[in-house]
Amino acid sequence: MGVGNTGGKISDVVDDTRERLSSPSSQEIFALLIVLGIVVLLLDLVRRLVMGEMAVGRLWRYTWNGLVDSLYIALAAIGLSMTYSILRFANFSHGDLVTTGAFSGWAVAWLIGGWGAYSVGELVLFSPTAAGPTGGGLGMDVLASPVAILVGLVMAALMTIAVALAIDRLVYRRMRDAGGIALLIASVGVALALRYIIGVFWTVESHSATASAPIITDVPAWFPVERINLHELTLVVTAVGLIVGLHLLLQYTKLGKAMRAMADNKDLALITGIPTERVIFATWTIGAGLAGVAGYLIVLDRGQFSINIGWFLLLLIFAAVILGGIGSIYGALVGSLVIGLTINVSLVWIPADLNEIAAFTLMILILIVKPDGLLGGVETA
Amino acid sequence: MSGADPEGDPGTDTADVPGEDDEESAMIRPKWGSDLFLIAKVVLATYALFFVVGVLSGAGVNATVGTIQSITFWAALFALGALALNLHWGYTGMFNIGIAGFMAIGAYTMSIAIASPDGTPAGFGLPIPIGILLGTIAAGIAGLVLVIPTLRVRADYFAIVTLGFSEIVRLSVQSRSLRQIGDTGYGTGGGQGIRATPVDSVVPWLFDQPIVGDVGGVILAAGEAVGIASSVTMRGMYTFILILFVVAFYVLLTRIAYSPFGRVLKAIREDELAAKSLGKRTDRAKIAAFAVGCALMGLVGTLWMGSRTHISPDHFMPLITFYVFVALIVGGAGSNTGSVIGGFAFAAFIFEGPRFVRTMVRANLGADFPRTAYGAFAEFGAGDPTALIGYVLYQQADEVRYIILGVVLIVLMIKRPDGLLGHRKEISAGVDLSRQGTVADGGRPAGGRTDASSPANGADETAAKDGGDRDE
Amino acid sequence: MEVIAMSDVEPEVADADAVERAESDADETASRAVENPILEVEDLEKRFGGIVAVDGASFAVEQGSITGLIGPNGAGKSTTFNCITGVHQPSGGRVVFDDEDITGDEPHQVANRGLVRTFQIARELPEMTVLENMMLAPKNQIGESLWRSVLPYFRDEVIEQEEELRERAWETLEFFEIDHLAEEYAENLSGGQRKLLELARALQTEPEMLMLDEPMAGVNPTLERKLLDHIHELREQGYTFLIVEHDMDVIMNNCERVIVMHQGAVLDRGTPAEIKANEQVIEAYLGGEV
Repeated sequence: MGVGNTGGKISDVVDDTRERLSSPSSQEIFALLIVLGIVVLLLDLVRRLVMGEMAVGRLWRYTWNGLVDSLYIALAAIGLSMTYSILRFANFSHGDLVTTGAFSGWAVAWLIGGWGAYSVGELVLFSPTAAGPTGGGLGMDVLASPVAILVGLVMAALMTIAVALAIDRLVYRRMRDAGGIALLIASVGVALALRYIIGVFWTVESHSATASAPIITDVPAWFPVERINLHELTLVVTAVGLIVGLHLLLQYTKLGKAMRAMADNKDLALITGIPTERVIFATWTIGAGLAGVAGYLIVLDRGQFSINIGWFLLLLIFAAVILGGIGSIYGALVGSLVIGLTINVSLVWIPADLNEIAAFTLMILILIVKPDGLLGGVETA
Repeated sequence: MSGADPEGDPGTDTADVPGEDDEESAMIRPKWGSDLFLIAKVVLATYALFFVVGVLSGAGVNATVGTIQSITFWAALFALGALALNLHWGYTGMFNIGIAGFMAIGAYTMSIAIASPDGTPAGFGLPIPIGILLGTIAAGIAGLVLVIPTLRVRADYFAIVTLGFSEIVRLSVQSRSLRQIGDTGYGTGGGQGIRATPVDSVVPWLFDQPIVGDVGGVILAAGEAVGIASSVTMRGMYTFILILFVVAFYVLLTRIAYSPFGRVLKAIREDELAAKSLGKRTDRAKIAAFAVGCALMGLVGTLWMGSRTHISPDHFMPLITFYVFVALIVGGAGSNTGSVIGGFAFAAFIFEGPRFVRTMVRANLGADFPRTAYGAFAEFGAGDPTALIGYVLYQQADEVRYIILGVVLIVLMIKRPDGLLGHRKEISAGVDLSRQGTVADGGRPAGGRTDASSPANGADETAAKDGGDRDE
Repeated sequence: MEVIAMSDVEPEVADADAVERAESDADETASRAVENPILEVEDLEKRFGGIVAVDGASFAVEQGSITGLIGPNGAGKSTTFNCITGVHQPSGGRVVFDDEDITGDEPHQVANRGLVRTFQIARELPEMTVLENMMLAPKNQIGESLWRSVLPYFRDEVIEQEEELRERAWETLEFFEIDHLAEEYAENLSGGQRKLLELARALQTEPEMLMLDEPMAGVNPTLERKLLDHIHELREQGYTFLIVEHDMDVIMNNCERVIVMHQGAVLDRGTPAEIKANEQVIEAYLGGEV
């Protein structure tokens, strides 16, 4: 586990650096240009702040939004990174696990919130008829119905785990020895089938699941923000809690060690008697559970969602995983932070509908320059 | 490393290829005749199936012929896409899932070129064929720009790069900031897209020409005589033009396949380092193959627009990419004939199939079905099973199509990763490689000292290798 | 860094040898000098992170000889091969082939200069037939240009060349007595047949020198004998061979010259008899594997 460098003495590093500087490859020139570009942008940012072209508050807002975005991206990215390193394929259906969590969790939350007042169908399908309930009417906020929302959160995780394990049994288990590309293609099939099975029930229209978020305005003066959005806060607290919990799990339990061993070297792990299928089971459980929670929390924060919620997020998740270096959970966290900040802070320079382009471009550039990710080829779970 | 294994150990993965050995000897030499016969057989059998089912189920001759026309239209487009992708994935092993992006570049370039100069956004008012040409070139250049820095990227990363690229393209043309670039009046039109003359307007134009027009008139009249509306016939003519493109693609790609260039591509797919170690300039071959494939995808993008008067970013969702992928995989990656058959099978059974079922449902059960799952289950609960059937097959025909698409991909990957045609390989050489006539008595390598451009000659072999003279 | 600076200076092969000889404790004999080298490796170095795989190896290969390269596991033989043939970029040192500096050249450049290698685990192209494998290899194929293989007029030339190459492919296959497998997919060949195919394919490039990485590994004794006969016959025709091999008997009975590597450096070189007499070599082997 860990983020440290791959070993080697400082003198080696110095030697390497000197050698590289004397004859830079095209990759290194590329990398230099990226670094230069980032430096120029940072200098420009400072200039804007100093010249008063941009208010500090605006930058703070972008940064905060970036942190929030990075948290739910991280929840999804951790799972993707784990399946990537342990099952050894790029799982294109991971985004649709996020979707599964959003739909299943909120269906349960509505069911609890509106039990007795409306029919099960109206609640589970998010009010398919015009006369049905609304998120506001059901009081879907953390203050009015905390129990419904908490149970919804847990069910989002559990049901996504169930779906992921069922898919593993139906599809991926039959392909344990297949190549990464065959699995990738199969996962695209899984993604499509899963998304549109959800679509058959919930249609492709967008839904609104929550009441407007309760906001605390009487915050103490020393606090950096003037208002606290409780839904956002719930997202932050839940996500941070889960990430810390996962860290403890991986670091201090036997299961965590087995998972790390398998991510490092599957064949060796098999020889040393690590129960492969159990590790795979745990991988899906953790990965899908976090993905489901991510989907549920995104809806809590945004209110609106449709069956494409996970698919649209998928490429950002991939970007985060790749930036951090596939297989490294801490890398995935760092990558998520970079992506979350990129899509928000880039708004200083570019219009809002181009911000994802910035993130994808960054991802492609990193893949070209450092295919092992920013933290460089640390293959730990 | 995690993820895909880009250069599988050639020593170990030989056993699990479900090959069909009996087909192998037949495929040693190009068999144009039998391949065309195979394509014709599949096409005719499918037509017959749809016709019989359509007429028997009461969908009507016009609707059935309309479906068959539509199948052929999409089959041609998917065959074109699959052929182009086959050059990337089937031959070179480059896992490109950014097809939609290259198609978008082609289609947008064409639309900007042919749109009226007075429109919003403005175009250049060029003729359609020139627009198609420009679209093709633009997509090829985009491919070039993308592939050169990403040559060394692993196969699964390359997939993500290309998908990211196609999303960058789509989000760019969708962006409001590029709707109109500055005060030029030109732009992408943002979410609304660009209004331009539909590509299939070449058909009425052709029908206005002297001789072609007469033939066209006869065809139209013949169609009407058996109950086919002239609009269906006109669409059929555009489809016919697409088929001509399929033939052209097929010839081009088959030439590439049966050539030393194709051999290098195949060697790259099998083992790039081995090819390099034999002196092959694999980077150059990959760049060329990728750029040409992307140009073809751009061309497909322009033809894709068909009768649309509007081109918008929504036409180029990543789903399109997976349509083409399924078409190729169904037929069998690595085979051009397979690409054509796959494109056809995909169009008939996965793409148009659910719509055809929808037509049949309407003809038999009407169109009055609940619009939501809630309503469907409510009526189903009340004792009306047709409500549920109608909801799924009629209201949700598109969703059903995507589900089938997904399931087909999964099943193919588990059961038949080599596609319908099985483990089929086309031999990459310009000539029949079997032994021709009598070869010199053998026993010595002909390579030795003979010049590459002169025929091998047993008598020359005695020349000693002195190491001083090299062929360069 | 000094190594890189050295590349500006014209190398004095004899001097480099002298230094090497002085460093060696082994007896000096005239046979250790290479009179007419086709390949010279000087102070070759390869580091992976902190690990030094090749640590200043220097040797030369005599034109027209069969030279063996031996050493215990981990001695750096394969890495040396990879550095010479461009699979790895050397961290330092120089590789000269045919009086031209090929240090750091790409694999295809090295191959096109006439230095072609085979691999420890045969890298046949599995889903291509034996004939396709053979047809791939020849140099200067005009049809490797996309346009020439497509455009009508040029394609005729391509076809003409293809016919010539086909003849050559069949003749080489007959020489190696694997012509009965010509239309078989390479993946269906046995391990030994793959090794033969790889050698036959390498010959199709009309090389000057062949570097064979463990050509006998996994080959049955009959086929091994055959392979060695082929190598000797080709040597008669003027080809140079550098062979990495584990089997000491094969090396000692078939090579005129032997290079011994140990821990990334050259421990000794000379005739098989000289090598056999060197106690250091015996110790290196006993210390490693035997």
